[in-house]
Amino acid sequence: MSTSPIIQKLLAKRQRTDLPAFVAGDTVRVHVKIKEGDKERLQAFEGVVIALSRGPQASFTVRKMSFGHGVERIFPLNSKVIDKIEVLRSARVRRAKLYYLRARRGKAARLREAE
Amino acid sequence: MAINGILGKKVGMTQLFDSNGDVRPATVLQAGPCVITQRKSANKDGYEAAQIGLVEFVKTTRLNKPALGHLGKNNLPPVKFMREVDVVVDGASGDGDQTKVGDRVLVDIFDGERFVDVTGTSKGRGFAGVVKRHHFRGGPSSHGSMFTINGSIGSSAFPSRVFPGMRMAGHMGHARVTTRNLRVLGIDKDENLLVVEGAVPGPNGAYVVINKAKRAPRERRGFAGTGTVDPLKASKRATKKKS
Repeated sequence: MSTSPIIQKLLAKRQRTDLPAFVAGDTVRVHVKIKEGDKERLQAFEGVVIALSRGPQASFTVRKMSFGHGVERIFPLNSKVIDKIEVLRSARVRRAKLYYLRARRGKAARLREAE
Repeated sequence: MAINGILGKKVGMTQLFDSNGDVRPATVLQAGPCVITQRKSANKDGYEAAQIGLVEFVKTTRLNKPALGHLGKNNLPPVKFMREVDVVVDGASGDGDQTKVGDRVLVDIFDGERFVDVTGTSKGRGFAGVVKRHHFRGGPSSHGSMFTINGSIGSSAFPSRVFPGMRMAGHMGHARVTTRNLRVLGIDKDENLLVVEGAVPGPNGAYVVINKAKRAPRERRGFAGTGTVDPLKASKRATKKKS
């Protein structure tokens, strides 16, 4: 479905530009704002970016292993919930979506570090 | 100026983040610019209203002579879409209102307004069956089910007729629909845009009439209010801080 140029213009104004560039395969630490009552604190979610969608409503998926269980979290890129993103490591990967990592555990789920 | 509504076009839908960081479904409406084409007054017409037209690129040849004459009387631009909207006249005498023919109506009339009603023509569904039109349950999909039927439509000997209003298959959609109390998410005065939360009747590009909410939701705790506070919690918090 094509988006109207008026909507594209509207959304372009609301894009976040303060976040660093990252691609699938990168290990990132996403600092998420969490509201507790009237207080706000930050929580980090660290894992591998396994998918990244582009466009005005871009989002990305971060996967991590938590106590032996795979946990995936999808973040809208322009969300105010994201305080900041740190790129920790980059890996050499040959595809854009790393869904194959879901079927792997332990050593098999390693990625080769980019130089 | 106390004009209560404006004409516009549905641009399309998208999603936007609200102040809490939650994603909201949003409809973008091209609201105005409009021009007042005729002023109806209580003295002359029995009620207060303004006939306004949506100013867009319209070829003069696309309008008929009566419309051109009506607009040409006051040197107005050619408009295709004209509707009447309410005018609120302040003051008992009725002379406090300054709206006159030729005045522009812009989206800034919704400044500070939190809810709007949007009227449009819904998408046509053609001749629709009872499942789509009245949300009937469909028949069984197996066990020898052979025909699509809508079930009983009444008793036999008495009343020997079908009551009016019986829900049956028929034409659906392409009717005038008003969606009330859509929350205003944003106003862009430079681009004449109004962004509301939720869906608006009709396809993209359809003409709509946007009015200030006739019956806006009352302020209740946990609903409709950003600044509403729970009095119980607030008092508890206050006592806690003191001690």
